[in-house]
Amino acid sequence: MVGPAPADLVARREAASDSVVEVRGLVRDFDVSASWLHRTLSGEPRRVVKAVGGVSFDIRRGETLALVGESGSGKSTIAKMVVGLLPPTAGSIRIDGTDIWDPANAPKLRDLRRRFQMIFQDPFASLNPRWRVRDIIAEPLDVFGITRGRATRDRVGELLTTVKLTPEDGEKYPHQFSGGQRQRICIARALASEPEFLVCDEPTSALDVSVQAQILNLMRDLQDRLGLTYLFISHNLAVVRHMADRIGVLYLGGLAEVAPAKAMFRDPRHPYTRSLIDAIPDIDMTGRERTPITGEIPNPLDPPPGCTFHPRCPFARERCRREVPRAFAEASGALVACHGVEEGWVGQAPAGQKAV
Amino acid sequence: MDVREKLVQRLSRRIYAGWDSDLAHSFRSSPVTIIAALVALTIILAAIFAPWIAPQNPFDPRQLNLMDGFTPPGQENPFTGNTFLLGSDGQGRDVFSAILYGARVSLFVGFFAVLFSLVLGVTLGLIAGYVGGRADAVIMRIADVQLTFPVILVALLIFGVARGFLPPQHREAMAVYVLIVAIGLSDWVQYARTVRGATMVQKSREYVAAARLIGRSPFAIMSRHVLPNVTEPILVIATISLALAIIAEATLSFLGVGVPPTQPSLGTLIRFGQGFLFSGEWWILLFPSLTLLALALSVNLLGDWLREALNPRLR
Repeated sequence: MVGPAPADLVARREAASDSVVEVRGLVRDFDVSASWLHRTLSGEPRRVVKAVGGVSFDIRRGETLALVGESGSGKSTIAKMVVGLLPPTAGSIRIDGTDIWDPANAPKLRDLRRRFQMIFQDPFASLNPRWRVRDIIAEPLDVFGITRGRATRDRVGELLTTVKLTPEDGEKYPHQFSGGQRQRICIARALASEPEFLVCDEPTSALDVSVQAQILNLMRDLQDRLGLTYLFISHNLAVVRHMADRIGVLYLGGLAEVAPAKAMFRDPRHPYTRSLIDAIPDIDMTGRERTPITGEIPNPLDPPPGCTFHPRCPFARERCRREVPRAFAEASGALVACHGVEEGWVGQAPAGQKAV
Repeated sequence: MDVREKLVQRLSRRIYAGWDSDLAHSFRSSPVTIIAALVALTIILAAIFAPWIAPQNPFDPRQLNLMDGFTPPGQENPFTGNTFLLGSDGQGRDVFSAILYGARVSLFVGFFAVLFSLVLGVTLGLIAGYVGGRADAVIMRIADVQLTFPVILVALLIFGVARGFLPPQHREAMAVYVLIVAIGLSDWVQYARTVRGATMVQKSREYVAAARLIGRSPFAIMSRHVLPNVTEPILVIATISLALAIIAEATLSFLGVGVPPTQPSLGTLIRFGQGFLFSGEWWILLFPSLTLLALALSVNLLGDWLREALNPRLR
């Protein structure tokens, strides 16, 4: 067997154990081929979409990691795999050190499920319309055997108060609430099992702008009070800037860049991140020339070779068309997957870029 | 006292909410529906309370007098001096009483056949829609094959096979139950199809994902989360297929393969009656037929109304 571990390895392991979530080499393919009969008759091959292609990241205790990307970039697919709703094709997801998709861990999963929860995108679909709100919030309490009878009732009232509704609201049905109130109910349900890690899949994208801020502030407030860790999925950079400690930028199922939020908004590294940040409307930048991203996100059925961003990248060179870039750590702490940044020929904007 | 007051208050609020609901409103504004409901309710209640309403038990030979035979409706029998509201048949059986008892058998078979096919179809539909994949393919292919045969043919087949398996001394006693299973088995497909479609819609909604997230079993999700959200179309189908089941039972009994003659349903009465049609005793055929018509029509109209009232697109 292995002898006693060297001191520095132990220290490193302890540092690593402060990650609530460790995702390694996550891959998810979707088979979109026609039916077997149709394929046989027409001689079509199987068609597979690589929705997520080898994504790795850690989420540290108490932080908010945001994943941003266009639609079709694999954000929601990652969220579903992280909470165990969708099995990954390859790779591993560890929550508190336990691989949730390892069949050997199935017995542990019941207890582990208490520790992570999810807030969904559509507050009109995520609450069962036939259930009273108090039953919706009490379901996790019953399933995990946390409370019984009267105690459940009290706890549901408490949770409703936590999300700034009243215990009396528990008697109503979901259709009697507005979108923002429903999202509060979803948050109350998610908090019922006292989780430490919450996956938020575009929690405000279905809400009015005026309500979005209330929900986001509530989530931040809860994070401070309960020490929650968030994986925050969004396509809205303004929302992400408000919420995230670190940001991962997804492009066609791969991470282009992962960097601390402040650093990313101050000094985006990857060409894709640059164009995204450039595209944020900003009063101070009036009159500034922007670099628009040209073209569309490529068809994931037939992704471009090499770097998947090269057809739209203003800096693309020969190497980008041949070789898939690997993520490397910059001095600033950012992880960037770009040949140009690595070799130093991305960074100076092309001539005439900043001039008005 | 306090508890009772509270209960009364809550109950009256419930009743008011029921009276004021969309469904009640659409019911009140449709005279055809009100009449259909009254007719259906009258026949159903008369059938349930037949032993107390009917002047005689037409299947108790001790209460029958052959001298009463073929008395026309409302006329006095020249030999015994008895009058029969809807006349009497060849054995001196009161047609009115026979109809009440016959409707009892028809409704009993219809109701339980619907219940049987409802439970079977809803269960299979939920499994097909929620589990999907191979289970879905197997269930729906069986359904497709069955749909290519007429309902009566399927019921006849099942009825024949089941009788073959039963020992002869139990055949008569079991006939009603065999009939229920035969009609029920021939009619589960439409429940399964409807529920499958509705389940697939509900399955993709996020509240199902939320239930999966906390580790609820597929059974719990199907029965507690999905089922309450797919009941409206089930109710409509059940009402309409109650009328169809009653007609199917009558058809089978008319063909002579249904309930035994010792326990005649409306269909059996019609079969008996048609033998006298051309010899002038028209009442033996006409009144059971009219009852069957009224029952099937009114239940069908109720089902149609329910379908329109519950359809969100027509609201």
